[in-house]
Amino acid sequence: MRAAETRVSINSDQDIVTARQKGRALAIELGFSTGDATLIATSISELARNIVSYARRGEITLKIVRASNREGVSIIASDSGPGIRDIRQAMTDGFSTSGSLGLGLPGVRRLMDEFEIASEPGRGTVVTVKKWKQ
Amino acid sequence: MARREVITKDSETRSNLRVELVRSEAPSELLRELVAHLRQNRTQLREEWVVRISETRLLTAMTKEEIFAEATSVYDSYVEALETEAFEALQAYARNLSERIIPRGVETHEVVGIVLLLRDVLARSLFAKYQTDFKKLNRILDAYEPAANRIANTVAVGFVQERERVIRQQQEAIRELSTPVLQVRERLLILPIIGVIDPQRARQLTEQLLRGIRTNRAKVVVIDITGVAAMDVTVANHLVQTVEASRLLGATVIVTGLSPEIAQTLVTIGVDLGKMNTVGDLQGGIEQAEKLLGYKVVTLAESR
Amino acid sequence: MEVPILKQGEVLIATFQAALSDADLEHLRRGLVQQVVKLRSRGVIVDVTAMDVMDSFASRTLREIAHMIRLRGAETVIVGIQPEVAFAMVQLGLTLEGVATALDLEEGLAYLIQKFKNVE
Repeated sequence: MRAAETRVSINSDQDIVTARQKGRALAIELGFSTGDATLIATSISELARNIVSYARRGEITLKIVRASNREGVSIIASDSGPGIRDIRQAMTDGFSTSGSLGLGLPGVRRLMDEFEIASEPGRGTVVTVKKWKQ
Repeated sequence: MARREVITKDSETRSNLRVELVRSEAPSELLRELVAHLRQNRTQLREEWVVRISETRLLTAMTKEEIFAEATSVYDSYVEALETEAFEALQAYARNLSERIIPRGVETHEVVGIVLLLRDVLARSLFAKYQTDFKKLNRILDAYEPAANRIANTVAVGFVQERERVIRQQQEAIRELSTPVLQVRERLLILPIIGVIDPQRARQLTEQLLRGIRTNRAKVVVIDITGVAAMDVTVANHLVQTVEASRLLGATVIVTGLSPEIAQTLVTIGVDLGKMNTVGDLQGGIEQAEKLLGYKVVTLAESR
Repeated sequence: MEVPILKQGEVLIATFQAALSDADLEHLRRGLVQQVVKLRSRGVIVDVTAMDVMDSFASRTLREIAHMIRLRGAETVIVGIQPEVAFAMVQLGLTLEGVATALDLEEGLAYLIQKFKNVE
C-alpha cells in the first residue's frame, strides 16, 4: 500500500539528492517511463535547489494524484523564504540561454505537465507541479 | 435494533410533515446482514451466476474452467466491496482482471454484462430470502442497490481504462514503427521525418533518436525534414533541442530539406541558422556527413 | 564521497557517481584542477555515465571544471551523458555550451588524442 504522500525536509544540498531520489523511485513505482522519471527527478532537483539557495529551508512533498482516467505525481516545493518579487520576470528566462540560472522555473515548467506558483515577498513561495503518466 | 424517529417532508410544492415511527436497523447493520447472506450462500449463488453467464452466451472466448476461476474471484471481490466500500481496491482488481482477459478477446459489453448478471442473481436471492417481510426487503435493497450499482460502474470503468491503456500502447508502437531511425553507414544515422508532427510525436522522435545514437554509437545524424510541410514554434523548438541533446551525446546533427517557411519559423524563435548545420537536400547531407566522418571517395586509380 | 580519478598517460579520467551532492561536486572540481596541475595532464575525461540527473548546478560545475582546466592548458571532454538525461537537460536549457562532449570513454579518448595531434 503506497503512502499517500512523502515529505522531504530540505535543509542542505544533500537533501536535494534525497528528494530527487525519492521522486524517481515514486515515479518508477507508479509506472512512469525512465525518461519521464528522469524529468521528474530533475524538476525536483531544481525546485529543491531553489529552496536551498534562496530560502535555506523548506519542504518537498511528493504525492500520487488521480484524475478521471489517469494517474500522476504531484510535487509541492514550499518554503518560508524571501519570496519572489516579480514572478513574471522569474518565469521568462530566455529559452536558449544555456546554463542561465536564476530560478530555472521556466525550465521546470517545460519538463512538467502542470505548473503553479504562489509567492509573497517576505512570506515564502509554493511551487506545485504535476506530471501525468502517458 | 434502534427505535428511530423519521420525519419526512414532501419537498417543493407542499410541505406536508409526516411523522413515521419505524423500527429500523442502522444501514451498516443491514449491510452486514446482507454480506453475511451472500457469503453463506456463496457456492450456490456463484453456480447460479455461472449458469446465467453461459445461458446469455457471454465470455465465449473463455473455457468453462477459466470462467469458473474468474467468477470465483469476481464474486469474492464483489462481496468484499459491498462490505468494505473500498472501491479503489475494486478498481485495481478490475484493471488487473482486464489485463488478463483483454488479450483473450473479452469485450466491454461482456464484462458489463456479467457484472450486471451477478447483481441480478444476488438481488433475486434477496427477494427470496425476505419475501415475507416486504418492509425489510425494501430496506435491504436500499442498502444493496447503490452499492451494487457503484460496483458495476467501478468494474466497467476499470475495464475501459485498461482497454484504453492497451490501445495507447499499440498506438505508441505503431508510431515507433512508422518513424525508423536508419543506420546507413557506420556511425551515421538518418532520421527522415515525414508528415505532420505534433509535440508528442516530436518528443518521441527525439527520444528514439537519442537512444539510437547511443546504441549505434553514431557520430553524425542527418535529420531530413523535406517531407515536413509546416512546423509550429513548439515543434521547431523541439528540433533545436534535438540538435542540442544529440551534441551532448557526442553526435553532430545535419538538418536537410529545410524549406524557406520552416527556416523562417526557426529564425522567429531565435535560432541562429548560421550555427545550425543545414544542407539543402538529403543527398547533400549524407555527403557532408561522410566528409565529417572522414570517408573519402577514392577513384579506382587511387585505391590500391 | 570520493570520486576515483585515474591517470592514463597524459589524460585524467574522473568517474562521477550517481548521488553526488553539491558539496561533493565542489570538492571534485577543486581536486581535479589540482591533479591536472600536479600531474601536468593534457586532457581530462569526466565520465558522467552514472549520473541519473544533471541539474543546473551540475551543469554549471562541469562548465567551470572545463574552464578552469583550460586555463591550465588542458582539454576537458564530458562523456557518458544518458539519453534521458540529455533530453531533460536541453529542456531545462542546459546545453553545456563551450564544453566538448563525446559518447563514451572510447570516443572521449579518441577526441583528446585528435586534439593533441592538432596542437602539435
